[in-house]
Amino acid sequence: MALEHEDVRRAAHLARLSLNDDEAAHYADDIRRILEMVDRLQAVDTQGVAPLAHPLDSTQRLRADEVTEGDERERFQRCAPAVEDGLYLVPRVVE
Amino acid sequence: MMQWETVIGLEVHVQLATQSKIFSGASTAFGSQPNSQACAVDLGLPGVLPVLNEAAVAMAVQFGLAIDAEIPETSVFDRKNYFYPDLPKGYQTSQMYHPIVGPGEVEVALDDGSTKRVRVHHAHLEEDAGKSLHEDYHGMTGIDLNRAGTPLLEIVSEPDMRSAKEAVGYIRAIHAIVTYLGISDGNMAEGSMRCDVNVSVRPKGQEAFGTRAEIKNVNSFRFVEKAIACETQRQIELIEDGGTVIQETRLYDPEADETRSMRTKEEANDYRYFPCPDLLPVVLDRAYVDHLRSSLPELPAEKRARFESELGLSSYDAGVLSSSRPMAEYFEAVKQVCGDAKQAANWVQGELSGQLNREGIDIAESPVTAEQLGGLVKRVIDGTINGKAAKQVFIALWNDEGQTADELIDAKGLKQVTDSGAIEAMIDSVIADSPVQVAQYREAEDDKRGKMIGYFVGQVMKASRGTANPQQVNALLKEKLDQA
Repeated sequence: MALEHEDVRRAAHLARLSLNDDEAAHYADDIRRILEMVDRLQAVDTQGVAPLAHPLDSTQRLRADEVTEGDERERFQRCAPAVEDGLYLVPRVVE
Repeated sequence: MMQWETVIGLEVHVQLATQSKIFSGASTAFGSQPNSQACAVDLGLPGVLPVLNEAAVAMAVQFGLAIDAEIPETSVFDRKNYFYPDLPKGYQTSQMYHPIVGPGEVEVALDDGSTKRVRVHHAHLEEDAGKSLHEDYHGMTGIDLNRAGTPLLEIVSEPDMRSAKEAVGYIRAIHAIVTYLGISDGNMAEGSMRCDVNVSVRPKGQEAFGTRAEIKNVNSFRFVEKAIACETQRQIELIEDGGTVIQETRLYDPEADETRSMRTKEEANDYRYFPCPDLLPVVLDRAYVDHLRSSLPELPAEKRARFESELGLSSYDAGVLSSSRPMAEYFEAVKQVCGDAKQAANWVQGELSGQLNREGIDIAESPVTAEQLGGLVKRVIDGTINGKAAKQVFIALWNDEGQTADELIDAKGLKQVTDSGAIEAMIDSVIADSPVQVAQYREAEDDKRGKMIGYFVGQVMKASRGTANPQQVNALLKEKLDQA
């Protein structure tokens, strides 16, 4: 699968990573090699094999619907850069 | 003039009424201090792991069973990746490829009394995000993560609806099902039910769908109807003026009554879904699903049908009385006590609903209990009191002046007077006191008299303090006045 410089830029943007041209070229090369490996996997005949949802051969355990966590706002907000009226403050989000 | 057809599909998000969150043990209670119910898992702090809430799974399956949906043995959680400050993990845990509820069907009651079946494509479990507060915090946005991690069931319909009325009917049906099941409080004002509406138009008779616009976050029955009406109008005018509808996300502004573009397909998010490595596939065994199936209550559509066929109510009455579980349970309790479905229906929809609406009280909190109202209606049916006295007793019960209708009827001396001797005596005295009106009545033509007798009936009822049997008063008065 061919990978363009633009694809790397787009993936970086979606992941909110800032890349310069050299870095973008470097990542394009890395990702290309990963995709080559994927291409080799694609060649395996998987007809009749169910897709794997998780590598562990186990199923999800469920917990009882009980409130077990108390209010630890003060502790959590000590590591937040800005808080007010109990709210976390972030740079303005424009809708 | 081109005839247009509207095509509507809905995504309804229902907050499930669990005590704790879908993946953490933090409380889901509404209206608490900001961030007091956001634990380390909800904040997405490093090293935390989600553990799935059994009640959320059970509620989703109950909904699926209620709409006759397929319940797949295995469902899988996926990550929907996007950045927004009210989503601290950077992804929403959702179900993209293997939802917990497969295809099903919802029966929708329409205004004309008919029903329509709307197909549900699937329903999946996911977590709610936090809330952004855009009021002024020195040019910054405030984030409250109490809602983050609240379990949501997203119910995705097929594009089966053809009018705003049908869409509202569908949402009402979903609302009735989830509140009957008790899996959500269905409170739209508090955001317990939120709606994304997909709308497109096509020339009537054309098979292919037009391009759709998605209207996000419409949060009341009325706004759903209005948003669809104005978006339909916008699309038709656009096409008739030679334009084309583009696939985009729009917002409905209730104040301006218009929809506005939020983002187009080109700017659309790329969510890069992939299976969540922190959660294993959820496998439901048959016994578990069968157990949930056997505990389902009677559902709104079944109740409506039974009210019509067994109790002989009109389809309108049956629809109103089955519309919510508290309403249906109240009505059935009144009917049980008074023994007459039609009278029970009239009182619940008339006097009681009127008073509840005026005071803005929900039927579940009615000051007059179903047992009290049933006791009152029983006394109307057996003739102990007349309709006018019954209204007085109802208000007295509402104001908590007494415990039972019987007690109030005695205390207020409202027992209907059916003793014709006593009624005759009152009539004689009214006739004696009203020589002018009597003379006028007797001079009047027959066809005028019917109206004129009202005056005398009023006087006699007043003399009896409302307790005389009105039919008897009428008959006796006519007899006596027509004599001379």
